[in-house]
Amino acid sequence: MEIIVCIKQVPDTTEVKIDPEKGTLIREGVPSIVNPFDEYAVEAALRIKEEMGGKVTVITMGPPQAVEALRKCIAMGADDAVLISDRAFAGSDTWATSYTLAGAIKTLGRFDLILCGKQAIDGDTAQVGPGIAEHLGISQVTYVQRVVSVSDKAIQVERSFEAGYEVIETPLPAVLTIDKAANVPRLPSMMGTMKALRKEIRTLTSGDIDVRPELLGMEGSPTRVKRTFTPQPRKGGRMLQGEMEDMLKELVQILREEKIV
Amino acid sequence: MAISIKKDDCVGCGLCLESCPYPGAIVMESGRAVITDKCVECGACVDSCGTGAIEFEETKRKTGADLEQYKGVWVFVENRKKRIANVALELLGEGRKLAEQLGQELAAVLIGFDVEELAKECFAYGADRVYLVEGHAFANYSTGPYTAAFSQLIEKYKPNIVLFGATHDGRDFAARVAVRIYTGLTADCTELSIDPETGLLCQTRPAFGGNVMATILTPNHRPQMATVRPNVMKRREPDYRRSGEIVRFDAEISDGDLFYRIKEVVEHTAKTVNLEEADIIVSGGRGIGGPEHYHLIEELAEVLGGAAGASRAVVDAGWVPHYRQVGQTGKTVAPKLYIACGISGAIQHLAGMQTSDFIVAINKDPEAPIFKVANIGICADLHKAVPYLTERFKELLK
Repeated sequence: MEIIVCIKQVPDTTEVKIDPEKGTLIREGVPSIVNPFDEYAVEAALRIKEEMGGKVTVITMGPPQAVEALRKCIAMGADDAVLISDRAFAGSDTWATSYTLAGAIKTLGRFDLILCGKQAIDGDTAQVGPGIAEHLGISQVTYVQRVVSVSDKAIQVERSFEAGYEVIETPLPAVLTIDKAANVPRLPSMMGTMKALRKEIRTLTSGDIDVRPELLGMEGSPTRVKRTFTPQPRKGGRMLQGEMEDMLKELVQILREEKIV
Repeated sequence: MAISIKKDDCVGCGLCLESCPYPGAIVMESGRAVITDKCVECGACVDSCGTGAIEFEETKRKTGADLEQYKGVWVFVENRKKRIANVALELLGEGRKLAEQLGQELAAVLIGFDVEELAKECFAYGADRVYLVEGHAFANYSTGPYTAAFSQLIEKYKPNIVLFGATHDGRDFAARVAVRIYTGLTADCTELSIDPETGLLCQTRPAFGGNVMATILTPNHRPQMATVRPNVMKRREPDYRRSGEIVRFDAEISDGDLFYRIKEVVEHTAKTVNLEEADIIVSGGRGIGGPEHYHLIEELAEVLGGAAGASRAVVDAGWVPHYRQVGQTGKTVAPKLYIACGISGAIQHLAGMQTSDFIVAINKDPEAPIFKVANIGICADLHKAVPYLTERFKELLK
């Protein structure tokens, strides 16, 4: 079973700085982590490999420093990692990002399963996984909360929706996006960490992958950021005072007066 | 290269260099302007040339004339078991406003099996027209058939704007539709407006856990598509005297579109589960003390007709299932009332609920950061306060 996991390096902090001139986010200088949802995807991939055999390849599209995120996944147990990096990718929205990743995946060769995190915690779009599936013309199941069973030709999963879940069987190859409930990601082992340090990680540029240059980066992206701004921080209101019962009576009265309840 | 300069017509005046926003994209060589590989073909230079030496060949980009063909605002009317999702009704209200500003019509897109009766609801909430797609392939939401039908509908009727609820299903197939027809899709918007000058849809959304807001445009592709967060837009008072035109559409679904098989649909039996659609959410944090006390949270939620949520700590400890988690790695919610009980207010939790209309915090620790975002703070033991509130509301709401 050839499994590809698409990950993203994201800022670890909620303190986000903005370039005042360009109005774009400054990603440099902020500690970075593997997007938490992507760790669930890596863990799901490792478990499927343990059951079925095969190989787990982790890929990311990002700046050169994103290689650190790939090393973390190698340390968790992934077999191989590939960085997809090129200035031509700058300014990509979810359309161009999923197009580029799909192009890279085609270049890498055979695959049975592509796993992504449910969404990234910086952009929160949840659009890249489905985008990859569409560019590749293959099946997708999003919001996977459990992998039920897997064979050479198909995989059965639970997909959550607002009021419950569906049990879905999809033929392979397919894209799955993995939610937190699916598993608890393992910590990197000592051996894995040593291996990750030594691992040579390939970089693919736009010239190496199966893409049309005019569909990359900002030029290939249908959306434009018009402006970014910091929202008004929410102000704390009133601390009620007095005995508990009095405070609660007051609360109920406020909620009734404001017609909230 | 889609932009070229005819050597013989260039007089070397340099006006194109000034008009070019990308450094190094045009250079002067032997008194003639030359386009380099830094050019991104934005076309800014074309009109600057006095001698008509610059040729701009539009490739995949749609021209202004093409964009004009796209008219009307569409709302995807998500439904399960013959019930329209709340967010779709909210979007009909919002879509109505946008359509009126643009002087265009509002259409609802209704997909399902035997769902025609829902059309009158769509008209009542503001639609002028309903595109109805029916068939066995649509009986349950399914990625492939929904993507195919919606894409075909867009290609045929060319809407200007398409809105989807930012639900699991909406986000699942809207992303595929956007890729298939090559247009932009802005995720999880909380504010929409029309730019008065350009007529473009300004799509504003939170990013980085709500620390940054970004306004996104789709200038050169149509339709302009967005998914919109539930509970943010206001629905209209329904007017059941309104009616409109129903346009039936036969989508072509091939075997290749039937990606997967749904073997079973399981709905949670507890009434307090659907956090995304709830007007009121009561959430419990580590302060509840153990899984055996979570019923206090559920009982208050049930009396209020709301949903019961939880913090990450409680989910990670295994006290309640993940589908109840509110926050960065759980659900993002925006109810009218959010009651946080025994939740300290870590930033990852705030990211999931700070756009709630009204926040009440109950916590023993007067220093808990949750009080900094709460409209009303009560420093008390939730094990006494929550049952008290449950009893009070039971009497009041009888």
